[in-house]
Amino acid sequence: MTIRLNGEPYELPGPVTLSALLHSLDLDARRVAIERNLVVVKRQEYTTTTLHDSDEVEIVNFVGGG
Amino acid sequence: MADPLVIAGKTFRSRLIVGTGKYPSPAVMADAHVASATEMVTVAVRRVNLTDRSQPSLLDAIDRDRIFILPNTAGCYTAEDAIRTARLGREVGLSNWVKLEVIGDERTLFPDNVALLEATRVLVAEGFVVLPYTNDDPVACRRLEEAGAAAVMPLGAPIGSGLGIQNPNNIRIIKDQARVPVIVDAGVGTASDAAIAMELGADGVLMNTAIALAQDPVAMASAMKLAVEAGRLAFLAGRIPRREYASASSPAKGLIAAVSPSERSGAGVETRVTERASRGAAFAEASAPGAGGPGDQS
Repeated sequence: MTIRLNGEPYELPGPVTLSALLHSLDLDARRVAIERNLVVVKRQEYTTTTLHDSDEVEIVNFVGGG
Repeated sequence: MADPLVIAGKTFRSRLIVGTGKYPSPAVMADAHVASATEMVTVAVRRVNLTDRSQPSLLDAIDRDRIFILPNTAGCYTAEDAIRTARLGREVGLSNWVKLEVIGDERTLFPDNVALLEATRVLVAEGFVVLPYTNDDPVACRRLEEAGAAAVMPLGAPIGSGLGIQNPNNIRIIKDQARVPVIVDAGVGTASDAAIAMELGADGVLMNTAIALAQDPVAMASAMKLAVEAGRLAFLAGRIPRREYASASSPAKGLIAAVSPSERSGAGVETRVTERASRGAAFAEASAPGAGGPGDQS
């Protein structure tokens, strides 16, 4: 299945949780925030939130800014 | 704590808020933050770079024991995008505060105050502490305050321009009418600009480029710290009124000179030449004809 991850098509082997996605991307859940289909997902829900085909996912972090 | 800055019940010893963008390196940024003595820095919310993971985390270069994180919504051109960005920034879990930016024009980065007001209302209702970046417009600031903004942050000049406070009178009026803190955000180029903002009565100053792109960011951070403190002290001390003409600091009585300037004005060149002649060769050399030496104004 294919999701859109940070604006780009992204292939997944099948339905996976956000936790699994972060793990596969080697991202620390404490340093990022995730939006799925325009709705922010709470960190404690990463393990129970399963991605579906065509989901739009944004993973953001803090960068330098003014 | 003497004269703290209090926003939404949170106390800051420093009135200088600093950015985290554009520094030559994370180490220079960290040193500049120390030199500035800031207790609040802004950060931007951006997509994680999934292809290049070599960049170190910004948060590792911020001393979070001392420094409060203020996520911004920089780069957002609609209320909707700013609201989404603010929600994501809060979810990172360090702050429910937001420096709310809704930009209305690419070249000037001036705010879209209609969208800004709309986004402020939504985010205040969601429990955010909203600090909107706005025009130096007293009416816009009043509307934002009425919408629940915890502070108002009028610009001094366009972001990154370094032009200084372009409309000091508006900043003064904004401060005069505001019941929330007024933070001058953007436009500072050098220390005197920050001092002027504070002398006008601003409760704080927020800057990024002026420090980060200075030739020596750490030294400039120190300068800004001192300027904000000096400007604040001068504001509290109460400056003298401006006047058109001089007012002598030394007593008019007891002068050994018996001749008043008005009486003397007719004496002209002759008097000055006589004075010079009596002061020795070295001085005469220094004030050779046409050199405009110090003797000319005696």
